[in-house]
Amino acid sequence: MKWISLIPVVGVGVLLLFAAQDFPEWGDPQSPASQSPVASHFINNTGVDTEVPNMVTAVLADYRGFDTMFETVVVFIAGIAVLAILKGSGGRRRGTRRAYEVEAEPDIIVTHTVRLMVPVIQIFAFYVLAHGHVSPGGGFQGGVVMGASFILVALAWDLDHALVRMSLPRCMAIAAAGIIIYAGIGFLSMFLGGEFLDYAELEKVLPVSREMARYHAMLGVEIGVGFTVTSIMFALYANLSTEGRLKGGL
Amino acid sequence: MFEDGAIINELLIERLNYIIYVVLLLIGLHAMISKQNLIKKLIGMSIFQTAIILFYVSIAVKDNATIPIYKTEHDPHGDAAKAAVLDSNRSGEETKAFYAPVMLKPEETQQYSNPLPHVLMLTAIVVGVATLGLALALCLRIQQGYGTVEEDELLVKIERSDARYSQSPLAKAKNRRRTQSRNTRKPRTSVKSTKSIGKSAKSLESRDSTKTKKTTSKSNLSQPKKKPASTSRKPRSSSSKVEGSKPTTPKAPAKKASEKTRAPKKKGAE
Repeated sequence: MKWISLIPVVGVGVLLLFAAQDFPEWGDPQSPASQSPVASHFINNTGVDTEVPNMVTAVLADYRGFDTMFETVVVFIAGIAVLAILKGSGGRRRGTRRAYEVEAEPDIIVTHTVRLMVPVIQIFAFYVLAHGHVSPGGGFQGGVVMGASFILVALAWDLDHALVRMSLPRCMAIAAAGIIIYAGIGFLSMFLGGEFLDYAELEKVLPVSREMARYHAMLGVEIGVGFTVTSIMFALYANLSTEGRLKGGL
Repeated sequence: MFEDGAIINELLIERLNYIIYVVLLLIGLHAMISKQNLIKKLIGMSIFQTAIILFYVSIAVKDNATIPIYKTEHDPHGDAAKAAVLDSNRSGEETKAFYAPVMLKPEETQQYSNPLPHVLMLTAIVVGVATLGLALALCLRIQQGYGTVEEDELLVKIERSDARYSQSPLAKAKNRRRTQSRNTRKPRTSVKSTKSIGKSAKSLESRDSTKTKKTTSKSNLSQPKKKPASTSRKPRSSSSKVEGSKPTTPKAPAKKASEKTRAPKKKGAE
């Protein structure tokens, strides 16, 4: 029975390998993707339009800003959905402990190491977020690193320790604030005379040129993205590790 | 063997990235199709996703090109730009015009790999993490509700609970009619007892009417908090009778027994 599934799998594989012969070679500069006018436009004009050295960030937060905004909304909705699915579902087993749940004191070596590491991780997260224009990085990456620092706290002590610092209502509030920052920048640029997420119009409120207005607005939306991703990452961990009970956990 | 034009050269040397992506994709696809465990299916989905990401990123590669971040000489805020500003200040020209970054020339465009696939895959990764979290939450909930994440066991259990609870209105009406006609033919012995059935597990046992009285009395003992007997009990129990009487898998008796043993525990937990 199980081997029947190999038939479609092998069929798909043969088709894909057959098609792969027509694909461009590895690293071919003349490949259609590299020669496409869109890609060359982004490479040529990012510096002129936005003065952002990192083209990926510029494309993500500016040229494709609408996409990224709703991507952030997707992350937010996923967090809400996990909360809605797991909230209160684990209460049935309250009191009884599972076989894998052990009551253990936080290890002194682990907690001291984490105590030293967490500030560094969080500083690095801010660096990744704020330096995302100039080096690889951005809101999503910085947000994930930031969320990882909270998860590390939850792993080293227990979840309650992390929840004191980042309770779940606060998590959701921060996540919503991130989206509001993003959309707010979009609406602000709309009310200043441009289109939605047309950051260049922000020059009227920022003391910079049109290009630099886009540069700084990108930092703003990345901060919004970072807020959302940080809190949703932690909310996902908190809910999934405790089956929604938010007590005990790993 | 590896000369130009040979198919092995085509596929293994120049297009190795596609081979890797195809293999990864097939591993993921096979896992998604053939594995019964939902978590393993999710792992397969992640591998599948990784294959797609690898495919896109490998398309973005250009020979002799660097990452899509401007080098110092093209950097709008780098040393080159600063030097240009200084130069322009010295020569008394207008700073702003000189400071503005210039568009790259076509040969300079070739120095940077394609940023677009990277952006698209960044989106894909983030959305993938979100959906993975959601899928894991659903798996947890399934595990809580049914006690298993194995697909075949799940299907059996879902089918059984469907038969108990949520029949289509059409089937319900049909069953009601059937029970009514049966009731007119001969008075049911277990009308009173079926009323007191609070939980579904019992309705399974009430399938054989000889046992009914015994089991219901037992369940009454094990269930201190009785649910209010609703009017729909009668058709429901009879429907389970109809559903249960159809030919089932040979496992069914064993399942029934396990259901029987599990039933009081469940009630106690509630």
